[in-house]
Amino acid sequence: MVAKNIGEPVLRKEDARFITGKGNYTDDINLRGQAHAFFVRAPVARAMITSLDCSAAEAADGVVAVLTGAQVAEDGLGSLPCGWMVLSKDGSEMKQPPHPPLAADRINYSGEPFAVVIADTLQQARDAAELVEVEFDELDAVVSVADAQSGPQIHPEVPDNTNYDWELGERDETLKAIENAHHVTRLSLVNNRLIPNAIEPRAAIGDYNSGTDEITLYTTSQNPHLARLVLTAFVQLAPEHKLRIIAPDVGGGFGSKIFIYSEETVVAWAARKLDLPIKWTADRSESFLTDAHGRDHVSEAELAMDENGNFLALRVKTLANMGAYLSTFASAVPTYLYGTLLAGQYKTPNVYVEVQAVMTNTAPVDAYRGAGRPEATYLLERIVEIAAQEMNMDPAELRRKNFIQPEDFPYQTPVALEYDIGDYEASLDKALAMADYAGFSARREASVAEGKLRGIGFSCYIEACGLAPSQVAGSLGAGVGLWESGEVRVNPTGSVTVMTGSHSHGQGHETTFAQLVASQLGISIDDVEVIHGDTGKMDFGMGTYGSRSLSVGGSALMKAADKIVAKGKKIAGHLMDAKSEDIDFDDGEFKVRESNLSKTFQEIAFAAYVPHDYPLEELEPGLTEKAFYDPANFTYPAGTHICEVEIDPDTGVTSVVKFTAVDDFGTIINPMIVEGQVHGGIAQGIGQAMLEHGIYDETGQLQTGSFMDYCMPRADDLPNFDVGMTTTVCTHNPVGAKGCGEAGAIGSPPAVINAITNALGVREIDMPATPLNVWQTLQNATHEDARGE
Amino acid sequence: MSIPISMTVNGKQVSKSCPANRTLGQFIREDLGLTGTHVGCDTSQCGACTVHLNGDAVKACTVLAVQAEGAEVTTIEGIGTKDDLHPMQTAFRACHGLQCGFCTPGMIMTGIDLVNTASRDNVELGEAEIREGLKGNYCRCTGYQNIVRAVATAAQQMED
Ligand code: FES
Ligand code: FES
Repeated sequence: MVAKNIGEPVLRKEDARFITGKGNYTDDINLRGQAHAFFVRAPVARAMITSLDCSAAEAADGVVAVLTGAQVAEDGLGSLPCGWMVLSKDGSEMKQPPHPPLAADRINYSGEPFAVVIADTLQQARDAAELVEVEFDELDAVVSVADAQSGPQIHPEVPDNTNYDWELGERDETLKAIENAHHVTRLSLVNNRLIPNAIEPRAAIGDYNSGTDEITLYTTSQNPHLARLVLTAFVQLAPEHKLRIIAPDVGGGFGSKIFIYSEETVVAWAARKLDLPIKWTADRSESFLTDAHGRDHVSEAELAMDENGNFLALRVKTLANMGAYLSTFASAVPTYLYGTLLAGQYKTPNVYVEVQAVMTNTAPVDAYRGAGRPEATYLLERIVEIAAQEMNMDPAELRRKNFIQPEDFPYQTPVALEYDIGDYEASLDKALAMADYAGFSARREASVAEGKLRGIGFSCYIEACGLAPSQVAGSLGAGVGLWESGEVRVNPTGSVTVMTGSHSHGQGHETTFAQLVASQLGISIDDVEVIHGDTGKMDFGMGTYGSRSLSVGGSALMKAADKIVAKGKKIAGHLMDAKSEDIDFDDGEFKVRESNLSKTFQEIAFAAYVPHDYPLEELEPGLTEKAFYDPANFTYPAGTHICEVEIDPDTGVTSVVKFTAVDDFGTIINPMIVEGQVHGGIAQGIGQAMLEHGIYDETGQLQTGSFMDYCMPRADDLPNFDVGMTTTVCTHNPVGAKGCGEAGAIGSPPAVINAITNALGVREIDMPATPLNVWQTLQNATHEDARGE
Repeated sequence: MSIPISMTVNGKQVSKSCPANRTLGQFIREDLGLTGTHVGCDTSQCGACTVHLNGDAVKACTVLAVQAEGAEVTTIEGIGTKDDLHPMQTAFRACHGLQCGFCTPGMIMTGIDLVNTASRDNVELGEAEIREGLKGNYCRCTGYQNIVRAVATAAQQMED
């Protein structure tokens, strides 16, 4: 079990380089003799390329080459695949259109690259791109999700622009329960499209060594090994052992840096083709146009209740926008990460969900912080809130009444998951106390006295993290296993180098994993160095997403550390003339039981590498161990978020005056880091609820293509958050952890919107609840009242 | 066309020539190899590139290198060393005011400027003022709360 210096808010080791400007991000790397790539992108959303003439660009100053989609195809580079198969109701496989790294003849979204100019300097490449002569035959674009299925067909492979029509749960039982129910709450809602916007733009540098025929690709990836697997096995860029991918410091990801994109593929391919290091860094406009976007669902739901408010059945129908191509994980987001979460924290006996994934002429949509789970939580916690209004019940009490109880675990939901453990009432009660729910009506009166409106909103979320138990994932269509690897290398002096297949792009693994391994081995965290993000250094790994690093990656490291201790005992036994079974390891010392003989961890480490009197036939020299960990189940972080807002009815300006989050993440290694993750997640959730919206016009032009048009939360848009914890320890991983990276973004949006509708006294408002939207909603409500509706 | 320029960067005199359209941010990163100053946008909105120009915070993507002729420029690399950190650097670490670290150099440079300006103008630097003062800098990771705390903490130390 985990013990000692676990649970301490240790300051982060990695900060030393970041606060001094010594971080090493991809764009900070410059290779000798490198050329620069500038991608030529389509200015239209849907078109045939009728002619392409690169000769003027090729002749321009400093230009090394101009490469096109035709050359990519000629060189046999494959399509960028989507890795998760989803089957439709009728058993047919999802329809997946090819996704060429550079478009050759058809353009499917605005910003799609169809050529790349390589030149000595970026300025020369950019200037020469202006000289690429291209003609398009423009076609009508399909933009809105709602109209996608009736619009012109985008890909020949995808009839009705529909990738799949998927279902989960018992249809007939659910419909019957709804038909016979005392009350049914109905809701249509939109989950607004978001643009991730990690502050570090994506970047890639391809470097080819013709002597060894090896490509090294430096790139902003959350999962370099997975990128290598896809680029070699599927895209056929190079044999796997001839491609090394290094993801150095990465400046935030939130999902958007999981996926395999055109640019890194092309840069690596071109580096070999031209035998030249080639660098590309996105400018922010390119990030907006081409980073995979998030969310973008349109749903209808029905929640059936008996006369006491007990939930009987939930039915959900969702249209999910996939954009112009199926991105790496896109198909899994609105299905396995969404439909499976619709039971929430409630013991609703019947849940049935149908999801149709549709294509549009917009940037691909894929996992963004929370991925599917925020959409599920938003739908469920909105409809429950409205149900409370309609049933005239306290929203907190309606939730409480329907909670799965501690004694019900393990709990099999009607939508495939088996929750291992939780205590939802504990989180709710703690949150109610922290938010001073009892004092709310007095606060509301005070606001009203000042001409303001005040509202409070709840969200009791659950998520499935620790992606993923491979057997479950495989049965759900995943193309790969989702375990994690870890390696603990004890150096001869007793310091330790830890290799992990997880990847940190802000999560603080260098500290958390050091705490974990140091405490297992009874050494100082200063003696532990954590290395990640380089396929040349560690065996393999699945990377970081789905709040999986500690529960899966950390568990692999614990297994490896346990093996170190086991081998250490053998060495200690040999050195002290005892049986290894008689050696205890405690606090960094190997002791012979019932004696005063002992050796320090450092002595054992040294002995492992100086095996002068070793029984070599029984004991190998060295002290390095590896482990792979595949979880038995998902983990289920859960909690309650409570938001309180105050609204100026004259302007619609809404302030979040109090935000309380109580989460159950299982065992926590570093509470400071965990709180930071919660803060960041809530900020993104409030951003979705109140500010952010990725908008295309009817021709498929992105209207929110810069920080001036896409409104992300700034320091003065947000309050301080009150964060609290409750704990039930995950039952099936050795760390006991559940994951904390996404909870904030999952739990917060419905809490905010529920608070706003509560303040306004209305049933619905769409995200983002901007001042204009809030003001308009209030005007409409007032007029309806006046008309006596 | 290349234009010769010289300025003082982190206390060192530098003389180079560079194209007229080169931003100070590019100059610092590409010509001087000081990669602690980051570029996060193309519309002057993110603040990741913030440096000090003659003692004031500026977005280095919004100043041409040639405009800094003869100026004193300080970047994140020039405010402290590993063993002798600036109080703002110490506070960012102590308050967990950074996650991925990409916005951090700009935040620290803005934070220092905020504290200096407030003490010069003799205004109280409360939470609201700090949040207002940081609104030119985006952070997508932290939710700002710990950054605000870091600036407040450093402000106290810089007073003492
Ligand atoms: S890079 Fe200067 S403000 Fe964004
Ligand atoms: S720490 Fe990542 S953007 Fe601020």
